[in-house]
Amino acid sequence: MENKIDQLVTEIKYTAKDFSSDIDVKWCPGCGDYSVLAQVQRTSPDFGELKENIVWVSGIGCSSRFPYYMSTYGFHSIHGRAAAVATGVKLANKKLQVWVATGDGDMLSIGGNHFIHACRKNVDLKILLFNNRIYGLTKGQYSPTSEKGKVTKSSPYGTVDFPFNAIKLADGAGATFIARSMDRDPKHMQEMITRAAKHKGLAFIEIYQNCPIFNDGAYFHLTEKETKPENVLVLEHGKPLVFGANKNKGIKLDGINPVIIDFNDGKHSINDCRVHDEFDDNPTRGFILARLSDLPGFPTPIGIFRQFTKPTYDGDYMKQIEHIKAEKGEGTYKKLMFSTSTWEVN
Amino acid sequence: MAKQIQIVEDVTVRFAGDSGDGMQLTGSQFTDTTAILGTDVGTLPDFPAEIRAPAGSLGGVSGFQIHFSSNDIQTPGDSPDVLVAMNPAALKVNVKDLKPNATIILNTNSFDVKNLKLANYAVSPLEDGSLSGYNVIPVELAKLTVTALDGLALSPKEKDKCKNFFALGLMYWMYNRPIEITLKWLETKFKKKPEILEANQRALKAGYYYGETTEIFTTRYDVKPAKLPKGVYRNVSGNEAVALGFVAASLRSGIPIFLGSYPITPASEILQELSKYKDFGVVTFQAEDEISGIASAIGAAFAGSLALTTTSGPGLSLKTEAIGLAVMTELPIVIVDVQRGGPSTGLPTKTEQADLFQAMYGRHGEAPVVVIAAKSPVDCFYSAMEAAKIAVEFMTPVILLTDGYLAFGSEPMNIPKFEDLPKINVEYRKDPEGFQPYLRNENLVRPWAIPGTPGLEHRIGGLEKKDVYGSISYDADNHEIMVNNRQAKIEKVQTVIPELEIEGDKSGELLILSWGSTYGAIKEGIKKANAKGFKSSHIHIKHINPFSKNLGEILKNFNKVLIPEMNKGQMATIIRSTFLIDVVQFNKVKGQPFKVAEIENKIIEVLGGNNGK
Ligand SMILES: Cc1ncc(C[n+]2csc(CCOP(=O)(O)OP(=O)(O)O)c2C)c(N)n1
Ligand code: SF4
Ligand SMILES: [Mg+2]
Repeated sequence: MENKIDQLVTEIKYTAKDFSSDIDVKWCPGCGDYSVLAQVQRTSPDFGELKENIVWVSGIGCSSRFPYYMSTYGFHSIHGRAAAVATGVKLANKKLQVWVATGDGDMLSIGGNHFIHACRKNVDLKILLFNNRIYGLTKGQYSPTSEKGKVTKSSPYGTVDFPFNAIKLADGAGATFIARSMDRDPKHMQEMITRAAKHKGLAFIEIYQNCPIFNDGAYFHLTEKETKPENVLVLEHGKPLVFGANKNKGIKLDGINPVIIDFNDGKHSINDCRVHDEFDDNPTRGFILARLSDLPGFPTPIGIFRQFTKPTYDGDYMKQIEHIKAEKGEGTYKKLMFSTSTWEVN
Repeated sequence: MAKQIQIVEDVTVRFAGDSGDGMQLTGSQFTDTTAILGTDVGTLPDFPAEIRAPAGSLGGVSGFQIHFSSNDIQTPGDSPDVLVAMNPAALKVNVKDLKPNATIILNTNSFDVKNLKLANYAVSPLEDGSLSGYNVIPVELAKLTVTALDGLALSPKEKDKCKNFFALGLMYWMYNRPIEITLKWLETKFKKKPEILEANQRALKAGYYYGETTEIFTTRYDVKPAKLPKGVYRNVSGNEAVALGFVAASLRSGIPIFLGSYPITPASEILQELSKYKDFGVVTFQAEDEISGIASAIGAAFAGSLALTTTSGPGLSLKTEAIGLAVMTELPIVIVDVQRGGPSTGLPTKTEQADLFQAMYGRHGEAPVVVIAAKSPVDCFYSAMEAAKIAVEFMTPVILLTDGYLAFGSEPMNIPKFEDLPKINVEYRKDPEGFQPYLRNENLVRPWAIPGTPGLEHRIGGLEKKDVYGSISYDADNHEIMVNNRQAKIEKVQTVIPELEIEGDKSGELLILSWGSTYGAIKEGIKKANAKGFKSSHIHIKHINPFSKNLGEILKNFNKVLIPEMNKGQMATIIRSTFLIDVVQFNKVKGQPFKVAEIENKIIEVLGGNNGK
């Protein structure tokens, strides 16, 4: 079945243009959302799926306009409910490849409950979280990923709440593919998206996205040439955790504590670095990596923190249906109505 | 010693005990046996919101009422003729509902100091003469049960637990019902626990023979089979019937069911029931909350399922925003609201009809939906089917209102032939030629184009859609066109729903207008008042939005319209504002259904009779 689709997809030879709808894109000039759209359209031909089988679901927010700009099936739902709507789509037809476009407010605030439960159940959804650390559409209030102390329209004296770390949340909730990328690293984002497409189970990608209007530069220390090497740790499977402009620094694990090491200090070398294993059975090391972005002085990792397979909710559900059908036979009206004691009146 | 059997037409029995005493089970066994004999039955359980309130306390009393008759009946009966009370609390709670001279069978073993105190009896009612108006039959139920189980390797507590079967056996004897059906049922139920099986069977038989052999019981009764229409029957509760109706709709339409739901009393049984039907391809998604329940159902509707969500009042409130999304996207979905006493957590296990306004108007924006209400447990089957049919044929959300009374009440159902069920005409759009997501047919219905169909890729959502094309539109005129379209589509539903039929004269002094679960009591109440010479006519409204075409016409032909409902006058308000007529309200918000006598008296009062006062 899947081979057949692969073959069909290969024959059709989609291009990025085939995934672009004909309506005008209405994000603000310079918005990071454009990059996500471009990377998704560029990689869609490689999803191994027929266009008619791809569904984009979103909630509400600037980022949630995403489905309108794709030429696939799309559903722009209501604020926070994208994961729930998408779960229904997937359970109704397991052949569909279901993607979710969402924002930090949409998925982590109002939709937090649906998010953690979709992760817990490992529904076969691919979720792209456009994290601009702000409420864009409502014009600039702080979000659950805004840094503590952030001054916004609704926090003129700075916020007093602590932000979510989306990667930790997804991992803790049970997602089976957990990654991060950035709007200004198109190649990297393309790779993350393509790999998420191939994952069976809940794939989650947090995308650091710049909102030039209400939170400009939130990630510039990570995305700009001058500062990126010192501040970003690119996770690559099987490779040591190395960063720095001269690739001279690394992360080693001291028990459960991450430590930055300098290869030039005469005491350390690249061989001391932790080698990244994205298929690590043990979640602990992935979690340690997820924490890095919260630790002062540590680089922020991008890439796949962890991926593993476990049965999907939809897969197991359909299996159960097939199993019961095989055991009891296909349901009939007679079986439905006469499964209890009946009597005849003449 | 053969005892005489007296034939009676109509009996109401209530079993009452502690919530741990197995009264629901006892009641449903009595119901099954009675129904199988061809007697018409109506039942109503009444149980506390607490799963296990302190044993023996007034709050922990659980009851099950069975009305059975050789006539065609519509209700579980007003006042019991017989009360089986397993403890003082059960007596205290229920004695006020009994008919004068009713029979009370008491488990005297439980009338000890402790239990009397728990029931707030200063003096035992067996001794203070307060029960002198009743035919009290004291039976050492607990002790007799334990004696009957002598020799079985069970703990005293386990033996005591069998006393409900002793009581059941006694009632079987008293009403001349066979014990075999329950004996057999026990066999399947306790297949893996032979000791418990033996104990319950013995208790049942002991109860039966106790009636036969002791001197206390002088008379037995029999209720002959009712003259019901020919057919094969089964018993259904309202919740069960809703589930069956949906599965039947799925079989009829060929569209698989998706239910997104979050458990809530008194609606959970629909979720539980539908979860059994995996062999019918039914997908039940027990969601993380009610919002996810409906949101997932809307997603499934988009993807081509017969999409359902089931809940009660508090859950309906949570679903409100999403219902608006279904209105905007014009996707088919049935929302079942099994109403309970509100607001807030209210009276979770009790019944009410106070969500009507919420169903009709409880959304922001102009968001009309179809609203229908079931009138009896059996009607829940047909209403569920009809709700599903309207939803998919009109691409609209439909709210189906039932309530706690219907949900748990049960009655025999003449099982319809599959061919006789209404056809459900629906096809997914396949042809890309000329496809537009919001291009409407003659009924103003847009096409159902589901993901997976090549060439029909399109986007929908909650933003206003451009007429025909479905792209986003903020245009002022377009918005008005779309608001009007959505409204007009709902009005079109009027063309497929039946006209109302008046029971009684077509014009006159008084018309009774009923809706929902009050149907049975109102119908019987009207009959009784009529018999006393107080004539009125009756219409029952199942289709609330839109109303049947001829409703306005009917209302004009009566001087007075009486609307009894279990709320503060919600239907009355709607009728007044829709038809600009006044109505007489009759409202009850006690968490209990109307009694036939209450309706009868109200009719007599409205017609100026003094009703013997
Ligand atoms: C029920 C509801 N509450 C509030 C809103 C208003 N609202 C729309 S988008 C949004 C936040 C969007 O933030 P985010 O999800 O981060 O998306 P962004 O615009 O930043 O991409 C809010 C509060 C709404 N549309 N619906
Ligand atoms: S407000 Fe910010 S997030 Fe929204 S479109 Fe404009 S730049 Fe993008
Ligand atoms: Mg945001």
